[in-house]
Amino acid sequence: MIGYTLRRLAQAVIVLLGLTVLVFVLEHMIPGSLARAILGPRASAGEIATFDRVNGLDRSVVSQYLTFLSHLLHGNLGYSYRLNQSVDSLVVHELPNDLILVGIALFFALAIAIPLGIAQAVRRNRALDHVATGVSFLLYSMPSYWLGLLLIATFAIGVHVFPPEAPQAASPAGVLADPRALVLPVITLTLVNVALFGRYMRSAAVDTLAQDYVRVARSKGLPQRAVLLRHVLRNSLAPVVTLLGLSVPAVLTTGLVVEYVFNFPGLGLTYFNAAVNADYPVELGITVIVGIATVLGSLLADLAYAVLDPRVRYG
Amino acid sequence: MADPPVPVEVSGEDFDTLCAPEVARGRGAHRSFAAAFLENRMGVAGLGIVSAVAAFCFLGPLVYHSDQVHANVALTNLAPGAGHPLGTDANGFDILGRLMVGGQSALEISLAVALVATCFGALWGAVSGFTGGVIDAIMMRIVDVVIAVPAIFLLIYLATVFRPTVPLLIVVLSLLSWLGPARLVRGETLSLRTREFVEAVRAAGGRSSRIVGRHIIPNALGTISVNATFQVADAIIILATLSFLGFGLPPPAVSWGGMLSLGTTYLLDGYWWEVYPAGLIVMVTVVAFNFMGDGLRDTLDARLRER
Repeated sequence: MIGYTLRRLAQAVIVLLGLTVLVFVLEHMIPGSLARAILGPRASAGEIATFDRVNGLDRSVVSQYLTFLSHLLHGNLGYSYRLNQSVDSLVVHELPNDLILVGIALFFALAIAIPLGIAQAVRRNRALDHVATGVSFLLYSMPSYWLGLLLIATFAIGVHVFPPEAPQAASPAGVLADPRALVLPVITLTLVNVALFGRYMRSAAVDTLAQDYVRVARSKGLPQRAVLLRHVLRNSLAPVVTLLGLSVPAVLTTGLVVEYVFNFPGLGLTYFNAAVNADYPVELGITVIVGIATVLGSLLADLAYAVLDPRVRYG
Repeated sequence: MADPPVPVEVSGEDFDTLCAPEVARGRGAHRSFAAAFLENRMGVAGLGIVSAVAAFCFLGPLVYHSDQVHANVALTNLAPGAGHPLGTDANGFDILGRLMVGGQSALEISLAVALVATCFGALWGAVSGFTGGVIDAIMMRIVDVVIAVPAIFLLIYLATVFRPTVPLLIVVLSLLSWLGPARLVRGETLSLRTREFVEAVRAAGGRSSRIVGRHIIPNALGTISVNATFQVADAIIILATLSFLGFGLPPPAVSWGGMLSLGTTYLLDGYWWEVYPAGLIVMVTVVAFNFMGDGLRDTLDARLRER
């Protein structure tokens, strides 16, 4: 297990380094120069030169990359010249809000998808299975903002049950203080993820149900409940744990869209606003965070899988 | 997904395929595959809907004429009625005609992306898996790096740096979409390269490029084409999302996502015709491509089991 962990960790470090190179290249793709993009078209040559010198942009590409890397390692994600604020302070300020939104949605998504997937597998090709498959197919094929709009049109405009906008408080406590406004964004994010996890849970449970140990458990007279909880559920969870780790990019993508539709004060909305204002440092800073989250997600997924299924580490 | 795979009869041609996989590229094998696919209800429904949407977008404007270039303030936000079966939007554009024009770019771009991304990804995966060793490790880490950043974040960033055009969108979306096929085909290659027919080619003095191009890729073609179908669906969603957020093709280009975005502004006013048709057509098209992909996969799985 130690060897496997070390190998997998080394791989993650390499990928993270590659990610920093990618972001560095993206930063240098800005047409003209960073100085020009920030100081504007009327800046004089002298001002540009000063900006370049102060920010180390007049040095060689390699030296600039090393500075960039050392900044990142010290937790310095860059500086937003538009907001006059460091990107780290933005992230520290808004990440908790995202964790609340995504955390609640993932909790509900798993709480629904796991039992639903098992129920579908047990009653395979019957009415419940067909309906659930159809609905998840629809949800899966729907752009997430379209789902959000439908919910707003129904529950905020059609019948005035929930507000169309997410909580507007800036702090996590404020966000949690307005649970009614959280309902629609959470439902949108939950439904999209139920569709994703439910499909996998169903096929994992179908595979598990066909295993010999399930037949043994049944033939020794275990009640259905015990078979499902003790054997099917536990053995079907491993693929779902992997999927959870690998779904980080999908969840973040949906998060961005949902935050935009419901005006939720999180990193996704900040990313969108930064893009509208051509605030490159904020965009790239958040891209780095998102990339790290994705790499960590797949690393944890692999390690968790190795713990849950010993065949992997010796394979 | 929902339907059980349709059993397929084993023909003489299938037996040939078993003995000499290269025969799979012959005409006969393709015909029986098409026949098997036509028995898959979901796949056929998907194909039918996709054809209908394509005909609507590309042939529709020949029959149904509407001005999608000049805004007309006298015609803003008209409810569906005579002359405008689906009403008009906030700029006075006819919605029905706009759906057709918007669909053209959506279908063109997403089909091109699926084609480019699949070809490049398949080649990358096949070379990586076939070569193995250090080169494989390097090639796969490159895939890991690009996959680490969700496409939408990179797309939005690039759309703010460059002005989006159709070719640029195709290039950028392809650059972000080849990773899935690359991983998939690499996996397939790892199992294919140990097969006897590869050994046979190598023993006969065949070069690596010949093995990859003539034997490995053709044998992975099933997996590749199923994936390509899903790629089209994904590209349509991503494109619609991008234009919904305002980072798609700039006006006067028309897009389904852009129509939705504009219509959303009037959701509170009850102008339903500006929101629902555009949302529905995106959904129906994506569902249809996913149906087709599932149908293809089921047919393929059934055939593999028959072998």
